[in-house]
Parts: sequence; C-alpha cells; structure tokens
Amino acid sequence: MFTYLFKRAFTLLFVLLGLAVLIFVIARIVPGDPARIALGPLATAEQVTKLQNEMGLNDPYPVQLWTYLSGLVQGDLGKSLLTSRPVMDDIMGALPATFELVLFTVVLQILISIPLGVIAAIYRNTWIDSVLRVISLLGVVTPGFVLAIILQLIAAHYLGFFPVTGRIDPGIGFSAEITGLLTIDGLIAGRFDVVIDALRHLFLPAIALAAAGIGQVMRITRTAMIEVSSRDFVEASRAYGIPERVVTFRYMLRVASVAPLTILGLEFASLIGNAFIVEFVFSWPGIASYGVRTILQKDLNAVIGVVLVSGVFFVVANLAIDLLLGILDPRHRIRAGRGS
Amino acid sequence: MSVMDDPAAPAHGLSARQMALYRFRRNPLAVIGALIVISVILAAIFAPWIAPSPESAGSFVDFRNRHSPPNWQNLMGTDNVGRDVFSRVIFGYRVSLGLVVWVLGVAVPFGIVLGLCAGYFGGWTETIIMRFTDIMLALPPLAMALAITAVLSPNLINAMIAITLLWWTWHTRLIYRIVKGQMNEDYVEAARVAGASHMHILFRELLPNCFSAVAVKISLDAGFVILFGASLSFLGLGVQPPTPDLGTMVATGSEYLPEMWWQAVMPGLAILYAILGFNLLGDGLRDMLDVEL
Repeated sequence: MFTYLFKRAFTLLFVLLGLAVLIFVIARIVPGDPARIALGPLATAEQVTKLQNEMGLNDPYPVQLWTYLSGLVQGDLGKSLLTSRPVMDDIMGALPATFELVLFTVVLQILISIPLGVIAAIYRNTWIDSVLRVISLLGVVTPGFVLAIILQLIAAHYLGFFPVTGRIDPGIGFSAEITGLLTIDGLIAGRFDVVIDALRHLFLPAIALAAAGIGQVMRITRTAMIEVSSRDFVEASRAYGIPERVVTFRYMLRVASVAPLTILGLEFASLIGNAFIVEFVFSWPGIASYGVRTILQKDLNAVIGVVLVSGVFFVVANLAIDLLLGILDPRHRIRAGRGS
Repeated sequence: MSVMDDPAAPAHGLSARQMALYRFRRNPLAVIGALIVISVILAAIFAPWIAPSPESAGSFVDFRNRHSPPNWQNLMGTDNVGRDVFSRVIFGYRVSLGLVVWVLGVAVPFGIVLGLCAGYFGGWTETIIMRFTDIMLALPPLAMALAITAVLSPNLINAMIAITLLWWTWHTRLIYRIVKGQMNEDYVEAARVAGASHMHILFRELLPNCFSAVAVKISLDAGFVILFGASLSFLGLGVQPPTPDLGTMVATGSEYLPEMWWQAVMPGLAILYAILGFNLLGDGLRDMLDVEL
C-alpha cells in the first residue's frame, strides 16, 4: 500500500510540474505581448516597457520560467491586472463557492444516479428501465447551459422557492469564515436559516451541473449490476438465504460500484469545465465566474492561475478516486502498484 | 447480444458488412440517430434553399416583426431584431458542422499517428508521447479552450484552433491502447518476420484494426465538439454576431427570458437535437461494430 501511495504521489508531482510548464509555454508562445494586451492599444511605448520590466517579460525564458515556478511553490501566482490584488487571494476567495457547488453536485450525482442505475438493473427490460434510459440519455445530451436556462425559466415561473442567482440571500447577513462553505459554517454556527437558504441557492445550479454525470453513471451502474448479477457468489449468497436487499446493496453494489466511481472521477474534469458555464448563468460567485471575467479582460496572470488551480483540482480528485478504488477493490491497488 | 444467439437473424449467405448493417437496422435508436444526423447535415448543406427566410442569417432587421412568438410564419418565433429563429438555426448548423469537420479533420489524424507511434515503438517514444498526453488530459478542457481563445482574441477560427489543440489527446490514448493490445498478435509478428517496414506495419497492418473504434469515437465526438463550440460562443468567446451560431443565439436570447423564451430555448433545443443524433448514432455504431472505448 505504501509503495502504491508513494508511486501515485510521485506521478502527481510529475503531472503538476508538467502542467505548470505547459501553461507557461502556452502563455508565452501565444502571439501578442501580455503587457501591451493589459494596457490596451492606447498606452505609450514607455508605459509598455515599464510594465514589461515589472512583469519580468524581458528576462530570458529560462529565468522567467524559474521565477514563475519558484513563485508557484510559494503559492504566488502574480498580481491580477483586473483587481490589482494577488491572484492567489482572489482565487482563494472564490474557491469555496465553487468547491461547495461541485461537492454538492457530486453528492447529488451519487445519490441520484447509483440508486436509479440499480433500479434500472433490477427492473431491466421493463417500462421502468425504458423510462430511466430516456432520462439518462437526456441528461447526457442536454448542454449544461441549455439545461441551466430551462431550469431558470421553470423556477422563475413555477417554483418560486428556488432562487435563480447568487449563493445566499444578502439580507441574511452571514459570512462563512471557518471553512468558507456556507452550509458547513451555517451548521457549525447553528444557523439553520443559513443552511436552508444556501441549499435553496445550491439546488438549481447543482442540478444543471449534475445532469450529464447522472446520465452517464446511471448507465454504467446498470451495466455493472447486470454483469455482477450473473456471478456465482450472488447465487451462493441467495442460496444461503441472505435477504435480497442485503445481496443487492451490500454484496453486488460493492463489486459493481467500481466502474461508476471511476466515471465519477473522470466526470470531475467536465464538472469543472461545465462549472464555468453554470456559474456564469446563475451568477455564482465562484472561481469559474472569476475565470470568465478575467479571460474577457485578458488578465493573463489570473487566467493562468485559474487554469492551474482547476488542473490541480482535477488531478487531486482523480488521485482521491484512485485511492478509493484501491480500498474498494484490492486488485486495483496491486495492478497500479506494479506501475502499469 | 452476439449475432449467433439472435433468433431472428437471417441464417446464412450474408457478408460481414451485410450482417453489421442488419444489426444496425434492428436497433431503432441507432436508426433514429442516423436520421437525425442526416437531417442536420442536409440542413447545413442546403441551408440557403431550405431556410424559409435566408436573409435572416445576416444582419437583416425587421423591427415590425420582432419578438413574435412561434407561429406558422416563423416556426420558432423571431428574435430581438425580427429575424426568423428557425432560419438562423438552420444556418447555425452550418457553423457547428464546419467546426466538427475542421476540429476532427485535424485532431483525429494527428492523435492517431501519435497513438500508433507510442504503441508500436515503445521505449522513449512511448514515455514521452504518453506522459505528454496524460498532462494534456489533466487540463480542464473548457477552461483551457477559454484561456486560449481569450488570449488569441475571440472568433470562430481561434475557437477552432483552441478545440483542436485539446482534442487529439483522446484519440492518442484510444489508439495507443488498441495498438498495445495488438502488438502480441501473430499478424504483426508475421509482417515483421516477412521484412515489412515500420511504415507498412503501422499504416497497413495496425491502422486498419483501429478503424471501427475510431469511427465510433468520431461519431460520439462530433456531438461533443458541437457542445464545446456552442459553450464557447455562449460565453462570448466563439462565433461573433451576426454570423448565426446556436450558442450565441442562446446567449442573446437569454436576455429576453422569461417572457420571450423561444429566443433562447429553441436554439438550445436545436443543439440538443444535434448532439442527441450523434450520440445515438455513436452508440448504435458501437453495438454494431462491437468495440469498447
């Protein structure tokens, strides 16, 4: 297990380093001078040179790369030209909102898709299965922003209970200072009004974000459960007289959950990507909203920071899923430990 | 289900191709998918002849007729300057499919060649290509595409470049896996013993064995490229007005929600329709050609 962990951590470091260098290269090879872009077409040549020197753009590339990497290690991503604050501070300020949304989305995905997948497998080839199949298909093919708009439309008209913008009702007057997650901090402070309000705000964006993953995971769960149901150990457990409920949910689901969990891990990538769109539609004050704003303003340091942070988020999420799989299925641990 | 245990299957006298076609036709969802894809392609090709009001594709205005809800004249209503939404959707398919053809036309061959080389040569070639692919796959694609388009200044061509730069990785990994699995097969060994060149083995022996997987992947990809392009435009980073693009139309239309819902919802449903078609077709092809991705 330790070799396995060590190997994984090493790969992680390697990928992160590669990610950082790659982003540096992309940011430097693109045509256009970042200083000129930042200052706009009206700036004088002197102003541009001054900013170039400030940003270190006139140093040789290896020196620039070194400055950039050593800054990264200390958590320094440079200054945002848009907010003139350190990019790291801006991102740290926006990260909890995104984290809460993504976390809630994943919880929603697991709670909805796995049970529905199991139900589809139990009632396979009946009308229940067909209905669930259509739902999962629609989930997969509906673009996040279209779903977001349709949800907003429905919510605005019929479901007044779910607000369509923001993270919390500004009238409540509560700031999350411990974890930054409104739901958790609300619970800690014993403010149930805050928790309820935060959940109300979370619901629609999370559904819009979760749909694609729900569709996919449902299908995979169904296939995995059907595949597992023909194994000998299932028959043997039934023959022992173990209740069907236990066989299905404790024995079969444990084996069958490996595939859906892998997919959930991979979904993280598209989850962060889609968060850009969903946060934009719902005016969610997260890192993706910040990203879109800074991208539109050509705020290069901030853009690099956002891409890097989402990359790290993705890589770490994949590692977490991998470790979880190792716990659920020892064979996975051994395979990966051998370094395949 | 394999062909052998399908009781309704015609017993004999069918070639492998006829058999595959037969299986495809027996799958209603795949046929629906194929029909949807054909309708989208035809709409894109013949847009100027099909669209009820071809002038709506440009910067045409008709203020007397703005914001009119769906009716017989304008099946999907009209937008904020009185253009026919249905006609714009048809022209929008042109932009979307153009994006698909460009992105896949460049990214797929590139990804395939890298995947073939990594799987076949092994050693350092493999390490370098696959590690680089892993890193590229670790980047959140939409965030990267946003960053690239934004730095290059937002328009259709740059959106295409950004998506292409990210798309080859999936094909590299897919081909790499297939080639790795094929390397121990006898036919590769036989070709090598017979003195075939690397080029011959790569492109005449290994590549044909990747075709069915690539076909399925391309069909599934097409839907995602459309989605990707539409998402970029929706954020204002892709196609610029007045070119009719489905994502841009949803974005513009969403300013008139909830009263004038059709302006955002109709183009949104049009995107959904195209993606649904490519997905069903891809799933159908996967069952028909019996490949695992």
